[in-house]
Amino acid sequence: MAALSVMTGGGSWFLALALGVTLLKCLLIPTYHSTDFEVHRNWLAITHSLPISQWYYEATSEWTLDYPPFFAWFEYALSHVAKYFDQEMLNVHNLNYSSSRTLLFQRFSVIFTDALFVYAVHECCKCVDGKKACKELTEKPKFILSVLLLWNFGLLIVDHIHFQYNGFLFGLMLLSIARLFQKRHMEGAFLFAVLLHFKHIYLYVAPAYGIYLLRSYCFTANKPDGSIRWNSFSFVRLISLGLTVFLVSALSLGPFLALNQLPQVFSRLFPFKRGLCHAYWAPNFWAVYNALDKVLSVIGLQLKLLDPKKIPKASMTSGLVQQFQHTVLPSVTPLVTLICTLIAILERKTSF
Amino acid sequence: MEKWYLMTAVVLLGLTVRWTVSLNSYSGAGKPPMFGDYEAQRHWQEITFNLPIKQWYFNSSDNNLQYWGLDYPPLTAYHSLLCAYVAQFINPDWIALHSSRGYESQAHKLFMRATVLIADLLIYIPAVVLHCCCLKEISTKKKIANALCILLYPGLILIDYGHFHLGLALWGVLGVSCDWDLLGSLAFCLAVNYKQMELYHSLPFFCFLLGKCFKKGLKGKGFVLFVKLAGTVVASFTLCWLPFFTERAQALQVLRRLFPVDRGLFEDKVANIWCSVSVFLKIKDILPHHVQIIVSFCLTLLSLLPACVKLTLQPSPKGFRFTLVSCALSFFLFSFQVHEKSILLVSLPVCLVLSEIPFMSTWFLLVSTFSMLPLLLKDDLLMPSVVTTMAFFIACATSFSIFEKTSEEELRLKSFSVSVRKHLPRFTFLPRIIQHLFIISVITMVLLTLMTVTLDPPQKLPDLFSVLISTELTSANPPLLLRKTGPELTSVPIFLYFICGTPTTAWCAKRCHVRTQDSNWQTPGRQSRTYT
Repeated sequence: MAALSVMTGGGSWFLALALGVTLLKCLLIPTYHSTDFEVHRNWLAITHSLPISQWYYEATSEWTLDYPPFFAWFEYALSHVAKYFDQEMLNVHNLNYSSSRTLLFQRFSVIFTDALFVYAVHECCKCVDGKKACKELTEKPKFILSVLLLWNFGLLIVDHIHFQYNGFLFGLMLLSIARLFQKRHMEGAFLFAVLLHFKHIYLYVAPAYGIYLLRSYCFTANKPDGSIRWNSFSFVRLISLGLTVFLVSALSLGPFLALNQLPQVFSRLFPFKRGLCHAYWAPNFWAVYNALDKVLSVIGLQLKLLDPKKIPKASMTSGLVQQFQHTVLPSVTPLVTLICTLIAILERKTSF
Repeated sequence: MEKWYLMTAVVLLGLTVRWTVSLNSYSGAGKPPMFGDYEAQRHWQEITFNLPIKQWYFNSSDNNLQYWGLDYPPLTAYHSLLCAYVAQFINPDWIALHSSRGYESQAHKLFMRATVLIADLLIYIPAVVLHCCCLKEISTKKKIANALCILLYPGLILIDYGHFHLGLALWGVLGVSCDWDLLGSLAFCLAVNYKQMELYHSLPFFCFLLGKCFKKGLKGKGFVLFVKLAGTVVASFTLCWLPFFTERAQALQVLRRLFPVDRGLFEDKVANIWCSVSVFLKIKDILPHHVQIIVSFCLTLLSLLPACVKLTLQPSPKGFRFTLVSCALSFFLFSFQVHEKSILLVSLPVCLVLSEIPFMSTWFLLVSTFSMLPLLLKDDLLMPSVVTTMAFFIACATSFSIFEKTSEEELRLKSFSVSVRKHLPRFTFLPRIIQHLFIISVITMVLLTLMTVTLDPPQKLPDLFSVLISTELTSANPPLLLRKTGPELTSVPIFLYFICGTPTTAWCAKRCHVRTQDSNWQTPGRQSRTYT
């Protein structure tokens, strides 16, 4: 009884928040799920029933494996639990198979792996301390951060309704950030390297990590006014960071390098044939660019400046994922997008 | 109030939980020919929309009373009619006469769930929020926590066939407690006219208001109040029953549908005295029908009389709430033809006293949800019921720190223990006994749930479960809500609730296929009717 009272007494709000959101996730099990559900079922099937050499070549289903190898190994591990729920889901040819047991397994796997996310949030909260002591629980920064992260509805909708595994991936990222705050830089770097090989989209934040580690870890001392002391650069630390990243990458891509499959893996990971914008446009600069191009082409047609026969119809708004050419404005190639991104990042870095 | 944003978050959370639970299967889904309560509600919309009022309660070729005939008072029928108008606007196929029987579709399910959610949102939830805001002598945070716990009570979320009557009754309680007597009694009359089960709550209302009249003096303000109340009651009943007063036969038929005394002492397995006793002693076979009615009536009256008398002599809002619990429980335990879901009528008043005795109320509410488990399993609601029960338990445990507040004073058992200590000076360990009993009770519930889901009762020893569990429970059941406001007699019905180990023995009776249905009662083609 005393143990129960300690557990439920004051100071256990974090546990209550975590348990509460987990219970809500359980209630979301019978909700709608998108094609991503089939994507992950397919990957379970591929990794379970086929040898490694076939993983990045298999194309029975349209949802081919396009995440880095660590995620494939993760699915492989899950598939060994999946076989106790429903053996049929591990058959590559069972397209769109979604029995109730499959659904239950998949949903529970997301809920279960979110435990890493909960742990990471807990670690982040330890790094956050309000400057003044707040008596009110709802005004404590730790509480606010926990609520915003644990009960993030965007994450709940995407992970537990739409169906994805972002929870535990964000957990890895938050954990690496927490480690960086706690001055455990090597662990932070290691965790981020691992994360990159789970989902390569985190390359988006890799430059920030790189510059931060360079500045805070490789330069061991600062001048009294806080600015950089150039002669405190430590090659040892730089090399150890590089070695960490290299070893993680070797572990991940090693088998595929040995099988001479690296080009295939990269073509799966970076599918530039998909075109500038996805079927559903992300609200970014290129969406505005496309819209502007569309508006200009319409105006051009009205004012008879453009030849109707040369213009492809409804190319970008048709909801298909493909390459296309812009009509009025210059076409955008992948190299151009890379240069634009780098310029934008560098501008940030100089002010940092 | 300050921190209105927290209260909003609590309400939104309650709504989210309700909506996600409603995504699951409903009663009778895909089970022809009778389906379930969902089909009953749809059928009433069909009947009320397509037939004239005079035919609603009568058996005819268009209205087969054996197929989910209307057996609730007129306000339910009017509410169904209103929903039917909306349904007609969206898709007339849903309520087409005869051809819409057993209609099941995703859109229709969405419509039905939406009607329930809107009714909850407009009537029940504001009443809960207002009740919590009007609580005295507790901090704002505790008020919000109270609201959270009440809104998370699993029973009302899982049995979601519209709690219009409970919402109205709650408005009645609020009105009467805050001295808006006429509005309160109007709300309660509407609740009774919605579902006749609300009569369980009628005596406390009557006694409380009568007590108020006495307090104000019989010659003067009291008498004026009495006349006004009587007028309100008569007016509201007349208004609801107006179309049925045209002919004597109409009113009588409605009454016959509302109170089917032919049906026997109990039907199905329910956690009350009669069902529990019949595990050992077959009452239905021993006593003739009319004697059963008399015995049930007398016991009900005896068990609720002390509390009501006390309330009449000393009316107070707090006493009123406790008396509501006591009377509802008396009716549940001893009354005729009680259904499993009638425990909700007891749970609602217990929710109202959650802030006063959190430990006992939480325990009771957990057990009451568990007692409905067979019904919930039948509707495939195992996952939502487990999840919502755990959420409710966590919410209560963190909001009220129930495990820290288990002294005699806080359990309201001081007068009981003091009187026992006069004879047994060493009787100081009541709180510890109760804590241990709680843990045992929770473990038992968890085990029984697991067993129900995974096992079948052994063929050779069909009574194994019931014997084991009844002995365990009869030896250890505390009196709930022994309170200093009343003498020990008022605790009798609640004491008996636990001492029969009623939820569990009812469960075992069911699992061990104990015959509880009256073999003389033939109901061709009709499943056991829900009756709340």
